[in-house]
Amino acid sequence: MATEESPAKRVEEREQVVIRFAGDSGDGMQLAGMHFTNETALVGNDLSTFPDYPAEIRAPAGTLAGVSGFQLHFSSREIFTAGDTPDVLIAMNPAALKVNVGDLRPNAILIVDKETFTEQNLKKAEYASNPLTDGSLDRLQVFPLEISKLTINALREMNLPTRTMMRSRNFFALGLVSWLFHRPIETTVQWIEQRFKKNPDIGEANVRVLKAGYNFGETTELFKTSYEVKPAPIAPGRYRNITGNTAVALGFIAAAQTAGRPLFLGTYPITPASDILHELAGYKQFNVYTFQAEDEIAGVGAALGAAFGGAVAITTTSGPGMCLKAETINLAVSVELPVVIVDVQRGGPSTGLPTKTEQGDLLMAIFGRNGESPVPVLAAATPADCFDTAFEAVRIAVKYMTPVIILTDGDLANGAEPWRVPKAAELPKIPVEFRTDPKGYFPYLRDPTTLSRPWAIPGTPELEHRIGGLEKEYLTGNVSYSPTNHEQMVRVRARKIAGIAREIPPTQVDGPDSGDLLVLGWGSTYGAIAAATHELREKKGKSVAQVHLRYLNPLPSDLGTILHRYKKVLVPEMNLGQLVRLVRAEYLIDAIGFNKIQGQPFKVAELISKISRVLEA
Amino acid sequence: MSGTAARQLSRKDLVSDQDVRWCPGCGDYAILAQVQKVLPELGVPREKFVFISGIGCSSRFPYYMNTYGFHGIHGRAPTIATGLKITRPELSVWVATGDGDALSIGGNHFLHTLRRNVDVNILLFNNRIYGLTKGQYSPTSEQGKITKSTPFGSIDYPIQPITVALGAEGSFVARTIDVEAKHLQDMIRRAYEHRGTSFIEVLQNCNIFNDGAFESLTDKETKADTQLVLEHGQPLIFGKNRDKGLRMRGHKLEVAPLGAGVSERDLLVHDETNDALAFLLSSMRQPEFPTPIGVFRAVQRSTYDDAINAQIHDAQARQGAGDLDALFGRGDTWEVR
Repeated sequence: MATEESPAKRVEEREQVVIRFAGDSGDGMQLAGMHFTNETALVGNDLSTFPDYPAEIRAPAGTLAGVSGFQLHFSSREIFTAGDTPDVLIAMNPAALKVNVGDLRPNAILIVDKETFTEQNLKKAEYASNPLTDGSLDRLQVFPLEISKLTINALREMNLPTRTMMRSRNFFALGLVSWLFHRPIETTVQWIEQRFKKNPDIGEANVRVLKAGYNFGETTELFKTSYEVKPAPIAPGRYRNITGNTAVALGFIAAAQTAGRPLFLGTYPITPASDILHELAGYKQFNVYTFQAEDEIAGVGAALGAAFGGAVAITTTSGPGMCLKAETINLAVSVELPVVIVDVQRGGPSTGLPTKTEQGDLLMAIFGRNGESPVPVLAAATPADCFDTAFEAVRIAVKYMTPVIILTDGDLANGAEPWRVPKAAELPKIPVEFRTDPKGYFPYLRDPTTLSRPWAIPGTPELEHRIGGLEKEYLTGNVSYSPTNHEQMVRVRARKIAGIAREIPPTQVDGPDSGDLLVLGWGSTYGAIAAATHELREKKGKSVAQVHLRYLNPLPSDLGTILHRYKKVLVPEMNLGQLVRLVRAEYLIDAIGFNKIQGQPFKVAELISKISRVLEA
Repeated sequence: MSGTAARQLSRKDLVSDQDVRWCPGCGDYAILAQVQKVLPELGVPREKFVFISGIGCSSRFPYYMNTYGFHGIHGRAPTIATGLKITRPELSVWVATGDGDALSIGGNHFLHTLRRNVDVNILLFNNRIYGLTKGQYSPTSEQGKITKSTPFGSIDYPIQPITVALGAEGSFVARTIDVEAKHLQDMIRRAYEHRGTSFIEVLQNCNIFNDGAFESLTDKETKADTQLVLEHGQPLIFGKNRDKGLRMRGHKLEVAPLGAGVSERDLLVHDETNDALAFLLSSMRQPEFPTPIGVFRAVQRSTYDDAINAQIHDAQARQGAGDLDALFGRGDTWEVR
């Protein structure tokens, strides 16, 4: 450490920075990333995050399989994605370096804990030679630090076991990069003190190490420059960071409260959907029932039972769970009761890639049940949009007496972005009226506009009735095997769902309202497509527009007209081409698919390159 | 249950306008009749009864009850019942199911509902055969049984519903027989009165695909020697002349003739709260032993629906009703001007 006064350090202004924290899954890099994100939000930058963690809770320490990462993109401008190529990588061991180094842009900042680059760890990371000394990192600005030693030095007087001290290493890294990018560490200090209230020694150790990391940046001569990213011009209001899973949970609570009904979640733990359960389980004061069932089927079955009783009923799952729930969703279609099903998509088929993202469940959501079984399907575009999507799904479900499927994915679920905190009084209304009047009542009497049937809940005198999965007579709901009645019922169920298109808001086109190319997307690809199309329009003057769908079934009624206004339509999806198939079938348009199935989101650069090729072809 | 003064119901009030479509002579008719007889006597308004079923002959039950009803999907009735009861604890929720529905495809839900002790009443119609799909063996069919799907005899070892229910620590576990009208009524009443999951296995004759499966238990000539009627606090005595009883020999049960040195005092006395005795009784098989009917086990423990509603109530008492604006603005927030 410098003994004399450091020369004045340079402050460089950056428009945007992409930073990635990587280490063993036990190194606490998700935590470091999360707190860096909170500090960044307080600075007022626009931001987007991408956590990337292994399916195994603790793969063997130091191995490539055990590497966990957290990426944050922050900017003084509006941004749409967590960023393609990091400007900064913090790698806590050789394996973390090996897994991530290929993604870095040239001249990126690389901070490593050089003490972990032992012969044994290099071998575990499958390095033949030490990358810190063999010249393979020459294209980067490498800062090999003794993070472990510096951590232990900071804690020397505390008399803690080495093992305990080593667990604070992540806070050293966090402190250092907080200094490097002018982030305030006060909120992190407060969080640590709160979190370790019962373990004040550990709390103090973490605070000391955090500050040591911050001061190290300030005093060491290694870092000659620090970076400043000015606040972004975002719409006024109060903001907080929110992940997609939290936003889904809050959207459901908001919807149930607005509807004045209890919220019932029946579910079974599954990655990456479990956090919705965890979140909701803590909100009992909002009349929230969370039921961790014995399996996926019981989760949705209990939800359907709660819906029969008049609750706002939901179930949450991921792909494999959707397969198990299909029969019950179909029963909900048949008995016409409102249940919202959240599918946090992950890599498939089967167990697939539990912690990685994919959009492979669209066609299953729309068609994956026996018989003619129409179900509205909605998709969220960003983590914050999960709130509005969940709210809207409940509104549709209770208005049309139907199950509704929401598609999110691993990226949205765990990714975070700033969310403009809404005011409860300004939320749309969700009117719920139970039938109580026996006069003229039939279980399948339909509202002339929505075609939905009355919600008559058990406990209502004189409205006793039976529902079930057998085909029902058109009006009475009694079991009917009549051929023409069956066709009538199949058609009315289809018309009911198709009719929801009437209230889908006009489709928003970002870019020219006609032109060379429209990029049509759905789900978590929103950010990458927006970034790519903005850049092509603004920097290259291309005639490229974007439409991003929330309503996938039914599709918006103005979509066909819009698609026909462009010479070409490109549909990027993280699957083999599911929306593109629907669009081709529905609108007889020669839409082009662009498909990536790697468990990773599209990079903006990949989209720009594909769009450019399509424009030239 | 609700204290609202209900109009006095009669059997007719519980008969729906749908034609009953079970085969003539089916044991299900008797079960339906007894349920329709007992329910009006419970003082519960009709609109508070809900019958939920799965798939199978027995699962047509809700269509014939003029109450709220839900004919679900195969094996899943307990899940629907659980969601309903949790959110609407004031309802009287009943599940009608069969041996295939509850013990084969729905085994998992059956087990977990009993374990959780959700306050619902499960009526399992056990005819030891698949009727609706026209005559395949069921999980309760005896080994060696010749059916459409087992032309060389079933090699499946049968499941014992009572033993399974006791294994799941069901808080109310009972058995009765379709044709024992009075006993069936008693069991229905006891099930209703019990707080927690009440499970009744009803031995039921399928006169088309498994006729006479329980003949020795129902035949007037033999039933006194094959039925052991369990009564809490009473010695375990059976036989045409009440001349046989059950006693312990070491750790095993044995049938002992009364007289000749064996008196009532030497016999076991039934205790609905004795788990070990319940298991022993559930393991008895003919011809060595009689078949027990009655309540094997009845104990009080907290119900899932009570506990979850208590948590919600406590949270609201402690924190007040939820405030959405406080919820939205939770954690670190910042103001953009």
